[in-house]
Amino acid sequence: MSATIDLKKTTTRDLNSRLQNESAAPAGGTWQIANVRGHHSVAVGIDRPLTIEIDGNTGYFCAGMNHGAEITVKGSVGQGVAETMSAGKVHVTGDASMAAGASGRGGLLVIDGNAAARCGISMKGIDIVVKGDVGHLSAFMAQTGRLVVLGDAGEALGDSIYEARLYVRGAVASLGADCVEKPMNDEHKEELAELLSAAGVTDVPVEAFRRYGSARKLYHFNIDNAGAY
Amino acid sequence: MCGIAGLFLKDSALEPRLGELLAGMMGPLSSRGPDSAGFAIYGEGRPDTVKLSLHGESEGHVTAVAGELAEALGKELSFAIRHTHAIVSVPEGDLAHAESWLSVHAPEISVIGKGKRMEIFKEVGNPVAVGKAFGLETMRGSHGVAHTRMATESAVTTDGAHPFSTGADQCLVHNGSLSNHNSLRRELRREGVRIATENDSEVAAGYLTWRMRQGQSLGEALQSGLDDLDGFFTFVVGTESGFGVLRDPIACKPAVMAETDQYVAFGSEYRALVDLPGIDNARVWEPKPATVYFWERGQ
Repeated sequence: MSATIDLKKTTTRDLNSRLQNESAAPAGGTWQIANVRGHHSVAVGIDRPLTIEIDGNTGYFCAGMNHGAEITVKGSVGQGVAETMSAGKVHVTGDASMAAGASGRGGLLVIDGNAAARCGISMKGIDIVVKGDVGHLSAFMAQTGRLVVLGDAGEALGDSIYEARLYVRGAVASLGADCVEKPMNDEHKEELAELLSAAGVTDVPVEAFRRYGSARKLYHFNIDNAGAY
Repeated sequence: MCGIAGLFLKDSALEPRLGELLAGMMGPLSSRGPDSAGFAIYGEGRPDTVKLSLHGESEGHVTAVAGELAEALGKELSFAIRHTHAIVSVPEGDLAHAESWLSVHAPEISVIGKGKRMEIFKEVGNPVAVGKAFGLETMRGSHGVAHTRMATESAVTTDGAHPFSTGADQCLVHNGSLSNHNSLRRELRREGVRIATENDSEVAAGYLTWRMRQGQSLGEALQSGLDDLDGFFTFVVGTESGFGVLRDPIACKPAVMAETDQYVAFGSEYRALVDLPGIDNARVWEPKPATVYFWERGQ
């Protein structure tokens, strides 16, 4: 099954209803979405393997709650792209606004350009590869999953981080509370190489990256701080 | 919420279409700010004349007041009536007289803007309807800003709608909320800056006016604002010849910009920009937090 949906003629509600309906959009189908014109919530809540290509810049929450589809946006996306994704792949050829991949539980989000503030906020298992820079407070309260940044990271990277792993090639403006640099062991080089390969990055050696993660000092109340309360 | 649209033309061939393009940008932002709307247009100006933007109760009311003002000044004043507003052109030498006459004889009139080129229009109601009521799509000019408001810090009134103007040819629109506006308002009033409402955004406008009065450029004044304004903000500001954008360091309030050889455009969301000419090939980006963006017209 293959079809083009024109968002000048179809509402986003109808588009999403069709893509979410298994008999209207059986697994394995290919869909093109044209004339997106910055609409919000395009191609959300899809729970099976569809191939979807979105032509143009989208608004908020594009490909949100994705569970198995492979979604490519030829353009840039507004805030919250692929938020709470649990499986599948979302590929943005342009930039992403804030909170890309927010609270994602699984799947892979690839952004060819830059991601703005709070990329990967509260990520819970998603993998995110950003080929450009990420803004401030990226991976804020990140729980699990991996964030790979080929460019620079803004202020307070990994603030209040739990167990997510962060790999950054460029400069980090500052680390957030309880986020520290950690050694790159073989297991980390191996997983980073897999992530780069999955994102189609073939010309960057894993040695170019530094790894950041949790110092685990916020996990428990420190009795020495009792006087502060 | 609130929505902002701004358009700064580099190509004068687009000037006859400024209002039409700005109206097209403001419409999609109605959902971000359905309770009121307003816009500032930088149009034709004459060196020895100041345009006063007067807001009254009705078309009849502002027409009558404009007529009485002309009579009081003993001059033939040219004025344009649009909906509840009158744009009255006053010779520079008569400006002080005109303003004092208005405050004494028509205190119910709000002077919402003055300047050589700037005209301001704002009203409560659906933004598309507000734009139509003022005939926004027929207006021409070199740059303009528009705002759709969802009130948070003060009441839904025309005087609480944006843009705010606290200095000649200066205007500001704001998405966000300031937390130190009360103390700053007191300080600015002590410094002699006229702030008419209890609205937080007007304080930001007054702050920039005060800084520019001290000799700072708009770009420098915006930079100073990063130190002195506390709260959430995305500002778009206009001067007689300039156009600036500033987001606070946390940058919760959305912003998208687009630039081509013909224009620089700002929208709270990309939806506001989709009908601009050449948008498919424009450079589209998100302005960075705590970074001043500023364009000036070539002389």
